Amino acid sequence: MRVAAPPAKTQASRTEQIILFRVAGQLFAISSASVQEVRSVDSLAGVSAEINQPALRKVRHVLQRGDKSLYVVNTAVHFGLPVSSAALVFVLRKIRTALLVDSMDRMATMTRLQALPLAYCHEERGWYRGLTALDQTVIPVVNPEGFLTPEEFAFLDASLVPPSTAESATNEGPELPQ
Amino acid sequence: MTHASDAGAQSFVLLRLGERRFAVAATQVAELAAPSRIFRFPHRTPKLEGVILRRGRIVPVCDVAESLLGRSLASRRFYLIAARHYRNQDESVALPVTGECELIAAEMTGASESDAPHVAGWISHNGEVIEVLNLDSLTPGDSPAAKLNSSDVTVEARP
Repeated sequence: MRVAAPPAKTQASRTEQIILFRVAGQLFAISSASVQEVRSVDSLAGVSAEINQPALRKVRHVLQRGDKSLYVVNTAVHFGLPVSSAALVFVLRKIRTALLVDSMDRMATMTRLQALPLAYCHEERGWYRGLTALDQTVIPVVNPEGFLTPEEFAFLDASLVPPSTAESATNEGPELPQ
Repeated sequence: MTHASDAGAQSFVLLRLGERRFAVAATQVAELAAPSRIFRFPHRTPKLEGVILRRGRIVPVCDVAESLLGRSLASRRFYLIAARHYRNQDESVALPVTGECELIAAEMTGASESDAPHVAGWISHNGEVIEVLNLDSLTPGDSPAAKLNSSDVTVEARP
């Protein structure tokens, strides 16, 4: 399913369309403008290649789109949730990341995004754009750029280098920068 | 909350965590709220349980019992909603407490160097010596002190 890009925001309209999705029972939201495509996991069979990097266990597959490599992030592993059986893949827009999620809950309109309280002061500040309240429920709104850091992209890109090239460069595998 | 007054003294809110009582400066306390649903989501910050919705605002719930008592609260009855000072702004935090809170007037003795960072001072009430909590130290997040020190940070010169 291809998700149509929403019209450009006007100053009068401060609402935002979001997709609510579940991972290991936890509800999250993502801006629909950030999602280019929703596919079933089954449809990836044959078009994705495996990556086995113990240092980055949340990425196990890569999709080749033209000359770009899209890394498939296991969202449950990323958030430290129990690993669940993902059924869908969100291919993100403008970023080389795709997300494995369990299910899509619904689409909704977000009228207010509250910044993550400052008490949250660790990695989660990069994970979320903020929190929103919908129907008396608080839902974290994920930051599409928070799933993989530039260093992790570089690490994954390096791991895709064909073996012959990689062997001539070094005898060891790439190391994830700390 | 019950009230007491004493000219010349500061106001404090006494709160109960398990069998122990602690105090927070009344100027920092916004309200005592009834228990409400906690919304949890993944994060990596210790002490934070989740958030509650209070008057349309999202307020983080910080369990300070582990730090103060060495164990989590088995039962909780209210949330004490207090202002927490950060480097650039104040935000509310909700502290789970066991029993009702009491507003008292007392004179505070400042903390000494040997006191733990979460101790802002001490007050005496009904023959009991009670710790006044420094929420900025007790709850996670940066502290206003960091703002004062930020100008001291040296920047390495680069060509």
